[in-house]
Amino acid sequence: MVETTKLIHEYLRHSKKFPHVYCPGCGHGIVLGSIIRSVHHLGLSKDEVVLIAGIGCSGRMAVYVDFNTIHTTHGRALTFATGVKLANPKLKVIVVMGDGDALSIGGNHFIHAARRNIGVTALVLNNNIYGMTGGQSSSTTPENSYSTTTPYGHLERDFDVVNLALGCGANFVSRTTALHAQLMDKLLTKAIENPGFNVVEVLTPCFTQYGRKNKFKNVVEMYSWYRKNTIKVEKYKELPEEKRAGKIPIGVFSDKQEPGFEEKYGQLREKLRSKK
Amino acid sequence: MARKPKRKELFALGNEAVVEGALLAGCSFFAGYPITPSTEIAEGMAAKLPQLEEGVFVQMEDEIASLGAVIGASLAGRKAMTATSGPGFSLMQEHIGYACMAEVPLVIVNVMRGGPSTGLPTNPAQGDVQQARWGTHGDHPIIVLSASDVQECLHMTIAAFNFAEKYRTPVILLLDEVTAHTREKIVLPRPEELTIINRTIPTMPPEWYVPYEETMRGVPPMPPLGSGYRYHVTGLTHDEHGYPTSKANEISALMHRLFRKIDQFFYDIQLVEEVETEDAEVVVVAYGCVARSAKLAITQARESGCKAGLLVLKTLFPFPRTYVEKLARQCKKVIVPEMNMGQISREVKRVNNGLSRVVTINRVDGQIITPGEILKKIYKD
Amino acid sequence: MSAKEFYLNRFEIRLSGLGGQGILTLGKIMGQALALEHGFYVTQTQSYGPEARGGASRSDLVISSSPISYPKPENLDVLVALSQEACNLYFRNLKADGLLVVDTFMVEQLPTNNYVGIPFTQLAKEKLKVVQATNVLTLGALCYLLPFLNKNAAAKTLKEVFPAKIIDKNIKALNLGYSKAKQLYPDIPKKWSFS
Repeated sequence: MVETTKLIHEYLRHSKKFPHVYCPGCGHGIVLGSIIRSVHHLGLSKDEVVLIAGIGCSGRMAVYVDFNTIHTTHGRALTFATGVKLANPKLKVIVVMGDGDALSIGGNHFIHAARRNIGVTALVLNNNIYGMTGGQSSSTTPENSYSTTTPYGHLERDFDVVNLALGCGANFVSRTTALHAQLMDKLLTKAIENPGFNVVEVLTPCFTQYGRKNKFKNVVEMYSWYRKNTIKVEKYKELPEEKRAGKIPIGVFSDKQEPGFEEKYGQLREKLRSKK
Repeated sequence: MARKPKRKELFALGNEAVVEGALLAGCSFFAGYPITPSTEIAEGMAAKLPQLEEGVFVQMEDEIASLGAVIGASLAGRKAMTATSGPGFSLMQEHIGYACMAEVPLVIVNVMRGGPSTGLPTNPAQGDVQQARWGTHGDHPIIVLSASDVQECLHMTIAAFNFAEKYRTPVILLLDEVTAHTREKIVLPRPEELTIINRTIPTMPPEWYVPYEETMRGVPPMPPLGSGYRYHVTGLTHDEHGYPTSKANEISALMHRLFRKIDQFFYDIQLVEEVETEDAEVVVVAYGCVARSAKLAITQARESGCKAGLLVLKTLFPFPRTYVEKLARQCKKVIVPEMNMGQISREVKRVNNGLSRVVTINRVDGQIITPGEILKKIYKD
Repeated sequence: MSAKEFYLNRFEIRLSGLGGQGILTLGKIMGQALALEHGFYVTQTQSYGPEARGGASRSDLVISSSPISYPKPENLDVLVALSQEACNLYFRNLKADGLLVVDTFMVEQLPTNNYVGIPFTQLAKEKLKVVQATNVLTLGALCYLLPFLNKNAAAKTLKEVFPAKIIDKNIKALNLGYSKAKQLYPDIPKKWSFS
């Protein structure tokens, strides 16, 4: 534990005025720790990592950590990332988005970044709610649950991030929860290394804005809920159809190594130049 | 028989001249979304950029994404641009504000077509002038340029990149459908004939680098991502380290520096052309394709002995108030023809402030204002 | 022949017809030949969008020995109409002493008796077996009719603009247009007077 803390401190910005904005029990800090461990494990230098975040609680993550960091506009982090990666393919681009960011306002950018297979790691921190603005429903708020804009229960269906990413052709598609920190490390390390567009969805509890409105007594109960309701994807696949209801598979759903868009563009340039 | 061209000559569209200008200025990144009447710029870039050593063209999913990618590329050290027209320009407003706030140099070409909304995709208009100035939310300075002929499209594109790099700001080049879709001969300047400005890159050790430091010039040096100067870029109001702030003194320092860096170089940014203004009693103030109509109108007026002159605005914002004021003092009448209901005449009237009489000619039917219409106003009383 | 030998003050030409007749290409090539080969100031504008496909198509040239301010034509010196609709629509923009050039295969009702008529489309179909050559045939005729546009300059521009495999066919069309116009209207070029 002490070692882990030391490591994290090596990567935090000490000139930044802490404390951070995250509520007690929030899973976002665990994700930040995991990003740092993964980068460290891969032996990347701070200079070659660009952390790009959107708007919302997850968006604030970029400011704390000593990489090249960009805090973008709401939902558009992937568009900035596309420009950065195409302009300098040597950089390792990690994009941190919330569910509102990636799937509501930025849904179009998400599906096209996946289709284009741009070489970035897209982290979707899914807490099922708009946290920073005070608990409004998002496109991953489950049906029938409560938020400040669905005081009588949510009537819409929610997005499944993994299925969406698979449908758009992302190279690497995975899901974990803030509780499964070791799995998160493994998935992130893999995603940062892998070519093309790589998605890691992290289910992360927001007790302040979601839990309290939806019959969770405390944040520990939310983590327990994740433990109870998630299942390794390999085991999930073995379950008969009727037992799958309510279970959330976690793990790796797609693991392709197709070349990223920036790589293909580089090849096109070379081809054109050799013709001259 | 046929002349031997010394410099490379092309018979090109205004849009194609923008492409040539951008490449001469050192642009190596274009992200865009197809929209009439700007599409030839994207098409030209798509053909030419992949032939460059590090050139990148990418067609994004919409105009918001296009400008997002341009900002990303600029932060990574590229000279980057996009091109669009009315509806796409509306979508870009969000990121224009971001580029102002985070001080990201980039160029946006907006080929104006009839509006509002989808409006007239293939007809000219000049309805986006005030949107270019004030379209994004929040108080901000910005540089807006225009061009009235094909050769000027090339030169103003270079000027746009130079201003963007020099002042770390987005620069908007407003063209209109007529200028963008007119073919004329253009002469490509040789690289040694051009002044090309590149952004200042920090030279101090990275640990000394303060990304948004207050300096005399007001324009902090800008390192490309990945060059060892790790800093935080944000659209939030930030302190000189780039970290979000809500302290009044830090907010005020940032906002005032953003304005000051443009304001104190006001005279450097003023690009105008004066035609027969020395003794003019009637002055036409025009920009874009209408300036060409005005040029013919004042030539005809002079032929009949009327002392008419023309001020062509190539810089629209910061508004060239000193030129307008000087001429308003000297003449009896200022005529402002434009293809909108009075967007630059509003600025002219503000500067004129009772010095002279300001007469407007406004046309919003998708047709260019003709020399005859301007001539009529020159002669009228 | 260069811009120095001919003084033109806003000489205005409109090329018009149907979408698909190659009007826009004709305008571009003619403009390029006049601007880059002859050294005139030229502005070329054209109809865009849906009206350029299937419906009426138009390309305008303003040619001058001095810089051109207003880029669009005001009073046409020459109107080339390759369709009845274009002839009807634009004849009123032609100067009283302007030259009307029509494709007599396409234009049956003429607004005046004073015109130059050559069956461009028919020649393209029958003599060259490619209807797509209509525009270059027209260019050939214009090289004869307009004393400031040289056929060699037009041929050079054709070679720059078109892909190699269709150049020969187009040069043939250019020559045919030129010789047909010369055969039908031996006196026209002498009638022009340029101040």
